[in-house]
Amino acid sequence: MAAIQAGQEYGFFTDTSVCIGCKACEVACKEWNQLQGDNPSFLADSFDNTGSLDAQNWRHVKFIEHVPDESATTGDGAAWLMMSDVCKHCKHASCMEVCPTGAIIRTEFNTVFIQQDVCNGCRNCIAACPYGVIGMISKPGTAHTCTLCYDRLQGGLEPACAKACPTQSIQFGPLADLQQAADVRLAALHSQGQTQAQLYGRDDKVYGGLNAFFLLMDKPETYGLPNADNAQLPSRNNVAGYLTAAVTGALAVVAGLVAFRRRVTG
Amino acid sequence: MIYLAAEHFASPPQWTWYILFYFFFAGLAGGSYVLATLLRVGGDARDEPASRIGFLVSFPATLLCPILLTADLGASWSRFWHMLVDVTPGDTGLILHYWSPMSMGAWALLIFGFFSFVSFVDAWLMDRRRRPLLPAPVGKLFNIVGSLLGLFIASYTGVLLSVSNQPVWSDTWALSGLFLASGLSGGAALIMLLVRNRPEAAFSLDRLRLADGYFSILELVLLIAFFVTVAAAGEAGRIVPWFPLWIVAIIGIGASLLGFRPPRLRPTGGGAAVAGVAMEATVVSVLVLIAVLALRAAVIFSAQ
Repeated sequence: MAAIQAGQEYGFFTDTSVCIGCKACEVACKEWNQLQGDNPSFLADSFDNTGSLDAQNWRHVKFIEHVPDESATTGDGAAWLMMSDVCKHCKHASCMEVCPTGAIIRTEFNTVFIQQDVCNGCRNCIAACPYGVIGMISKPGTAHTCTLCYDRLQGGLEPACAKACPTQSIQFGPLADLQQAADVRLAALHSQGQTQAQLYGRDDKVYGGLNAFFLLMDKPETYGLPNADNAQLPSRNNVAGYLTAAVTGALAVVAGLVAFRRRVTG
Repeated sequence: MIYLAAEHFASPPQWTWYILFYFFFAGLAGGSYVLATLLRVGGDARDEPASRIGFLVSFPATLLCPILLTADLGASWSRFWHMLVDVTPGDTGLILHYWSPMSMGAWALLIFGFFSFVSFVDAWLMDRRRRPLLPAPVGKLFNIVGSLLGLFIASYTGVLLSVSNQPVWSDTWALSGLFLASGLSGGAALIMLLVRNRPEAAFSLDRLRLADGYFSILELVLLIAFFVTVAAAGEAGRIVPWFPLWIVAIIGIGASLLGFRPPRLRPTGGGAAVAGVAMEATVVSVLVLIAVLALRAAVIFSAQ
């Protein structure tokens, strides 16, 4: 890959069709970013003991089992889905939209980054993120999520998860190159009869496009991702919310004036 | 369609007790200020004692709001001022994102705090020295501007919840109006409760109950709209477990509506006049205030 340059868009292309669920990405992420992880727990959820993305887990390998009781086929790549989930670094980022402090910014690599010295722990970004990727660390009381290894990018290194991935399920690079590679891969899968394969976040239908986009082997909801119809920014509710308040306020003021202007005898 | 039957995959923000009580006191602060202004501007001269009660309770309630919000920040409490000032290196300065209700709310709370404080001092001076801080026309204009902010403070918390991707909260347009109607009802209840200690304000008691009844009708309509919109989004299952809280909220609305009747003869002043209605008004007021809290708790916890 060519040298990483500021001013160019970078991202991840995660091809779930070749993910083997090894969790090397989770380990590499924790090692580089010095994340301690949550206390181990048995979730009784396939091979998953991470649970979800949060402040201590910036990569999470999801296991989605579709294995029939009596398998008649090989499953066509969809019987046991694995996906290394991560912050999507949305072009139109819900977290960035609602952040009141300006702590969430776009970097020179067009990735989303939470400035730890600016964040004040209000958690509005957590309420807004449609993917549930942001978490709080109680001390220092700030929000955390994948930085797309901002420090590594500044040093000319690719993110730790992509570096560690043994199957190249996680690919890092300039966004345009990744999109081209994704299109080629999708065409190859379709030509092999894997017609259920689809790209998620490759185009602008989901939050204006995702810097971390995916090739999925089933519909987005199966992976816990909102589909294009449901992928909406929080600000969609601003107008309706304020309008309801204004109408209610006007009616209440009229009601109050009627009540207080009523003539009282005596 | 703005509201879809959405599938939500968001994590809960863990806004719990501090935020619940912030919403409660913001509703009361805004509601009581608006009612105090309406009594002063639209009421009889005999409504002035009750009006001053409204201003006197609005400021302490407002004062609790930033304390609760700062406490909710946890270890980052000392950065509360980052809501108003961007400290990003190279990009420092005041920050106001009009599209972010939390940013708008932080500024509104600060400015409303000023109006609330001045009105508090004005009411206190009137009580103690019979001399207002601001001359009447200016004072009324000041109160009206403060009331607009009060309406905002009591309602924006609903917008704040809706402008998210959380289930229930983002599935309805009714929350801002619901919180506002509830806050006004709570403000009326709070003033009625405090009339016990100020016999000369008894004149306004029935008028406040009437206003409370009107607000409760609004609240009931918006509560129905809330249930319908949340059910239409397929999220009714999330509000069912909080059934007891909803019942408490509805009891409060019912208590307001039962006391909903035209004003009757109420002589100005006099302890006997107050005593006659004190128990009834106290019971209704307490039920309404509990309902204001229960409503917010039910909404906040339904999504988390």
